[in-house]
Amino acid sequence: MTATVVIFFLGLIIAWLMTNYNGKWKGLIDSILTLPLVLPPTVAGFAILLLIGKNGPVGNFLEIFGVNIIFSWYAAVIAAIVVAFPLMYKTTMGAFDQIDPNLLSAARTLGASEAKVFWRVAVPVARPGIAAATALTFARCLGEFGATLMVAGSIPGKTETIPIAIYFATQGGEMQVALIWVLIIFAISLTVLVINNYWESHKKKQQRGFGG
Amino acid sequence: MEFVIDIKKRLYDFQLDVSLQSKEEIIGILGASGSGKSMLLRCISGLVKPDEGQIIINSKTFFDSEKKINLSMRDRKVGFLFQNYALFPNMTIAENIAFGLDKLSKTEKNERVSALMEKYHLGDIGKRYPTQISGGQQQRVALARAVAVEPDILLLDEPFSALDVHLRNHMMREMSELLKEFQGLTLFVTHNREEAYRLADYIAVFKTGKVEIFGQKDAIFKWPASLETAKITGCKNIVAATRLSENRLHVPQWNISLTTVMKIEPENGYMGIRANQVKLVDEPDDQQENYFKVWIADESDGPFRTSLYLKIGSRPESIHDFHIQCEISREERNHLDNLSEPFVIYINPEFVFFVDQ
Repeated sequence: MTATVVIFFLGLIIAWLMTNYNGKWKGLIDSILTLPLVLPPTVAGFAILLLIGKNGPVGNFLEIFGVNIIFSWYAAVIAAIVVAFPLMYKTTMGAFDQIDPNLLSAARTLGASEAKVFWRVAVPVARPGIAAATALTFARCLGEFGATLMVAGSIPGKTETIPIAIYFATQGGEMQVALIWVLIIFAISLTVLVINNYWESHKKKQQRGFGG
Repeated sequence: MEFVIDIKKRLYDFQLDVSLQSKEEIIGILGASGSGKSMLLRCISGLVKPDEGQIIINSKTFFDSEKKINLSMRDRKVGFLFQNYALFPNMTIAENIAFGLDKLSKTEKNERVSALMEKYHLGDIGKRYPTQISGGQQQRVALARAVAVEPDILLLDEPFSALDVHLRNHMMREMSELLKEFQGLTLFVTHNREEAYRLADYIAVFKTGKVEIFGQKDAIFKWPASLETAKITGCKNIVAATRLSENRLHVPQWNISLTTVMKIEPENGYMGIRANQVKLVDEPDDQQENYFKVWIADESDGPFRTSLYLKIGSRPESIHDFHIQCEISREERNHLDNLSEPFVIYINPEFVFFVDQ
C-alpha cells in the first residue's frame, strides 16, 4: 500500500518530466527506468541487495546512523517500488502522450504555472490512463514475490507479503492458512478493480454529452 | 495600439522571417498551410522562442534577443484561440472561463465569469462540460476564456476551420461583432481569403515564412501587388504578359492586347483578372476595346454559380483547350442558350492588374 502511494506520485511526476524532456538522453533514461519490468524479479532483488545490503554503498551510508534496512519492512517496500515502478511510469507516460498538446498550450497561454498545468490539466485529462496504471501497480505490489524474498526475507507480520505467506503455508502443508490468504488477495484485487471501473464509468457519464 | 514584430525562427529546413508593424486593430494573416502563420502566433504567445529579433505589443516588450528579454507566458497576457478550441474536458464551462483568473478573489471571479457568459450569449450552460455543448458554443466559450484574462493581444488560429459551412457564416458575423468590442489588437490566421476579408481591416499575405505583402484589404484584393498575392487571394486568370504602353498590355498566349486603368511599369510580368470580373455581353460596345470573341471549352456548375472555361479567338479542340475562366450566375448562363457561339466577353480595364515577375 505504501509502495503504491510512493509509486503513484513518483511515477506521475517522472512520467511528466520525461514527457516534456526531449533531450538526447531520453532513450537511455527511458530504458533504465523501464529495465526492472523486463528483468526477472530475482535479478532486481539481487541488485537492490547489492545496493542497500550491509556492504552496499547505500547500506554502508545508512549504517553510519545505525540504520539497517535490509530484511526490514522498508526493504519490502523498496523492493515493491523498484519492481512495480516501470508499470506506473510506462502506462502514465503513454496517457500523457495522448493529451492534445493544444490543451497544455492553452493552459500556459492563460498564465498557468507548470504545477497548475500538471495538476489541473494533465493529470485530470490523463486520468483514465493513470487510474489503470495505479490499479496495475497496486496489483503488482500486492503480488510481489521474488525481489521481496531476496531483500526482505519472510518475517511474519513485518516483511511477509501475501504471496510469500501463501507460498510458505503451502510448503508447510497448511492448506487452510494458504486458502484464507488466497481468498483475501482475491477479495482485495477484485474490490480494487471494481471500484476502479465503477469510478471511471461514473466520471465518463458525467462528462459525456450529445455533441460529438 | 501598436505592435512591432520582427523575428527569425529556424525549424529544420523551414525559416520564419517576419517583419510586421502596424497600428491597426484587426489584422488577418492569410497564407497556405505550412507558410508559417501558426508559428508566428506561437512565437508571439511565448509557446515558441524565436531565434532572434523583437516582439513589442502596445509598447510592452515580449521578446528582444539583443536586450535578452523573453517574458514568460504568464507575464505576456495573450489570448490564444486554438483551432480545436482546446477546452479543458475535465472542467465545466464556467471553470474553463475562470481558468486564467486565479489572481482575482472568488467574488470577483464569479462576477467576471457571469459577465462574460452573458456577453457571449452562453446563457445557463455554465455547469455543463465542453462535450455537452454545440460547436458554436464551444467557440464562444474558448473566446470568452481567452478574453477573460484581459489580454493586450488576441491571437486566433484558424478559428472557423472546425465548423461546418452553415455555422461558419453565422460565427463569422458573430465573431466580427465580438472582435469590434474587444479593446486590443487581434491577429488571426487563416488560409481562407473570404474569412480574412470579412473579419480583418488589414491583411498580411504569407509565403514560405515571409510576409509577401501587408496592406489594406481592398487594395490587396483589387490590385494584388505580387504574383503570390494574386494567387492566394483567389485570382483564377493569371497569365504572362508584356507592356505595350502605360495603359496597355499584350498577352501572347491569348494573342490579345488589353487596356488597363492600372499604370504598367515593368516590361514583362503577369496580368490577372478575377473570374467574376469577366463579363459576358450580348453586343460589343462601339469602341471595341477589351471585347473578345470566345468559345466554351468546358463548364462546371455550382448550385448558384457556373464556371465557364473559355477560349479566346478560335474554337477549342478539347475541354482542356481554354484561356480564361469566367464565373457567372445561373441566370446569366441560361441566358446564353438564347445566343449562339461565339459569345462576347468584356474585360473591364478597372479590374485588370499587372504584377512583376
